[in-house]
Amino acid sequence: MTDAGVTELKFRDPVRARALEEALARAVEAVGRAPVSVMHVCGSHEQAIARFGLRAALPRGLNVIMGPGCPVCITDVPEVDEGVALARQGVRIATYGDMVKVPGTGMSLADAQAEGGRIDVVYSVAQAVELARQSDEPLVFFATGFETTAVATAAAVLQDPPPNFFVLSAHKYIPPVMEIVAEMPDTRVEGFLAAGHAATITGWGVFEPFVARHRLPVVVAGFEPLDILAGLLKLIELVRDGRATVENMFPRCVTKAGNLRAQEQLWRVFRPIGGKWRGIAHVPNGNLRLRDEWAYLDARKRFDIDLRRLWDHAPPALVDACICGDIMAGIKAPTDCALFGRECVPHAPVGACMVSSEGTCKIWHQYGGHPELGGYGAVCAR
Amino acid sequence: MRSVLDERITLKYGAGGEAMRTLIRQVFLDGMAPAPTNGDIGLAAMDDGAALRVGDRWLVVTTDSHVIHPIFFPGGDIGRLAVSGTVNDLAMMGATDVLALTCAVIIEEGFPRGDLVRIQQSIRDTCAEAGASIVAGDTKVMGRGELDGIVLNTTGIALSDHVVPDSGLCAEDVLIVTGTLGDHGMAVMARRHGLALDADLRSDVAPINRLVRAALDAAPGAVVAMKDPTRGGLASALHEMAEKSGVGILLDELALPITAPVRAASELLGIDPLQVANEGKAVLGVRPEAAEAVLAALRAHPLGRDAAIVGRCVAERVGTVVLDTGFGRRLVTEAEGEPLPRIC
Repeated sequence: MTDAGVTELKFRDPVRARALEEALARAVEAVGRAPVSVMHVCGSHEQAIARFGLRAALPRGLNVIMGPGCPVCITDVPEVDEGVALARQGVRIATYGDMVKVPGTGMSLADAQAEGGRIDVVYSVAQAVELARQSDEPLVFFATGFETTAVATAAAVLQDPPPNFFVLSAHKYIPPVMEIVAEMPDTRVEGFLAAGHAATITGWGVFEPFVARHRLPVVVAGFEPLDILAGLLKLIELVRDGRATVENMFPRCVTKAGNLRAQEQLWRVFRPIGGKWRGIAHVPNGNLRLRDEWAYLDARKRFDIDLRRLWDHAPPALVDACICGDIMAGIKAPTDCALFGRECVPHAPVGACMVSSEGTCKIWHQYGGHPELGGYGAVCAR
Repeated sequence: MRSVLDERITLKYGAGGEAMRTLIRQVFLDGMAPAPTNGDIGLAAMDDGAALRVGDRWLVVTTDSHVIHPIFFPGGDIGRLAVSGTVNDLAMMGATDVLALTCAVIIEEGFPRGDLVRIQQSIRDTCAEAGASIVAGDTKVMGRGELDGIVLNTTGIALSDHVVPDSGLCAEDVLIVTGTLGDHGMAVMARRHGLALDADLRSDVAPINRLVRAALDAAPGAVVAMKDPTRGGLASALHEMAEKSGVGILLDELALPITAPVRAASELLGIDPLQVANEGKAVLGVRPEAAEAVLAALRAHPLGRDAAIVGRCVAERVGTVVLDTGFGRRLVTEAEGEPLPRIC
């Protein structure tokens, strides 16, 4: 635990944070136009920004948009349907806690569970493999998330899992979707904050072709409050100076080449294919599917997944009014949505963004995504 | 407003948050005796217990059913939990001298006798700690699969000269917690999900009536509201107190006492320790001039060594709890059902 203490001192120091916030305010002002909009593409960044209340401390002229960075939110409806269909067919499903409540066409995994389906919440793929080992019956790991969790799934596949372990892959790959956002006609994004944990695997070099093509700066940042503030400061300086480069502000974890062994494992197990991200668009090379070599544990190939039985359920009417797609594309904010906080709340979500603890709407609902929380009542408990 | 009851009762209605309060209001309070006009605290107050005038004193009554999985967990067991829960609910009304407890047990067919004996010993030891005794009981056995192991219900009664409600906060009042937060829920959660991080996590389950007495005696009349942050954690307790009292609450994150293992587990699991259950803690609303005296009295007691001033009541944003993180500010909301570990 001593490490955690040291880390907290270094990266959670409110005094240093205030100095960075002041520098950030000066940099935003020096850009000379407001607002300046930048985008991050990671639920963990949004979690940290909201968790530490940073939006209440950012300069008013800076707009930090959360892009399609919540792996739960962009898992597409047909992918959720596949998991639900398997569960209703009596197959045991293991998945991450966040996935359980995500609505599919008509049902979520939680609904399937209420009907008698067996759903196990796991914290890691290793835990799912362990569950499979404890019995002979088939267990399907509904695998979601970006390259960070995909690498873990790949490692499990390569470590000779038991024969009753299967994978239903809904993994996604982040770099291609940044291209989609940069090319959206309504985009206001002037730079990207890239996720430090994903970059430990891919390396920061992966963003160089993107920067060259779109002339937009990319800064790789970590997840402590000071990491995020320092990352934003660097990004605004690049915008101010009109420099489109990749900068690594997470050098204690990220290198240019990344984790070559993890990359090798990732691409040995998965191949990228085009596919739809919920609410966003068709993303070329954005979906990760198991290569044919691993067909024997691919749930899509080993089970007859009957999706038609699900389609008797009509989708809820409110879904038409949901603007999750525009929110994840950075065009709108949760507070622009007529359903937000009224018909759409965490215990009765309409869109996936309100389900996941990494979804923009859930985070804003939970932590208040507003700057107005400052400015009253002194806190002097210490 | 947005709280509409579902057709089926799901687990979230037992998680101690807004959903549970809606269930109680819409189903259990329906047609029951209205709020008493003689100053008694009854069902409608939805406080930790009831307080009834008897001569010039108050008779405080509370009841609580206890189910937990696993039955034995690091730092305690269901027996210790059942005694502590009821003793603490009495104490939260200001009734720290327990007159008597009752204990009803429902056992699943096939339950090991040895475990029952361990639970009984734990009940006995915890009663001794609290200065309480069990004066009546009931035993039932149900068929295999008709309940999960064992259910305990305890009812407690106590006489008190003064009653402390959970609705007495005013702007400027100081909030004190009696010790570290999140220990019980995190220890049980880690054990239940097999998370292999429970080496340093221990439940705080304990009867705190004597600790509370020390605080009340340190500054008579100055403790104006109390609540034990059990299910739903400090977040739910403060929301309820803020709503009932008509104040806003500002918390100081850097002042919150949280042990390193609980902090590490909550970071790893993505669970806010403010939403995690405690079973041996209280949050006290104290008049500002008495805060230091109450804090000193708490810290002088072995169960209150980590007591801390964690926030203040304000007139703004009534019913909301805002956390000053040291970097900025954010809302603290209540948990929706049981917290689930998040994806990454």
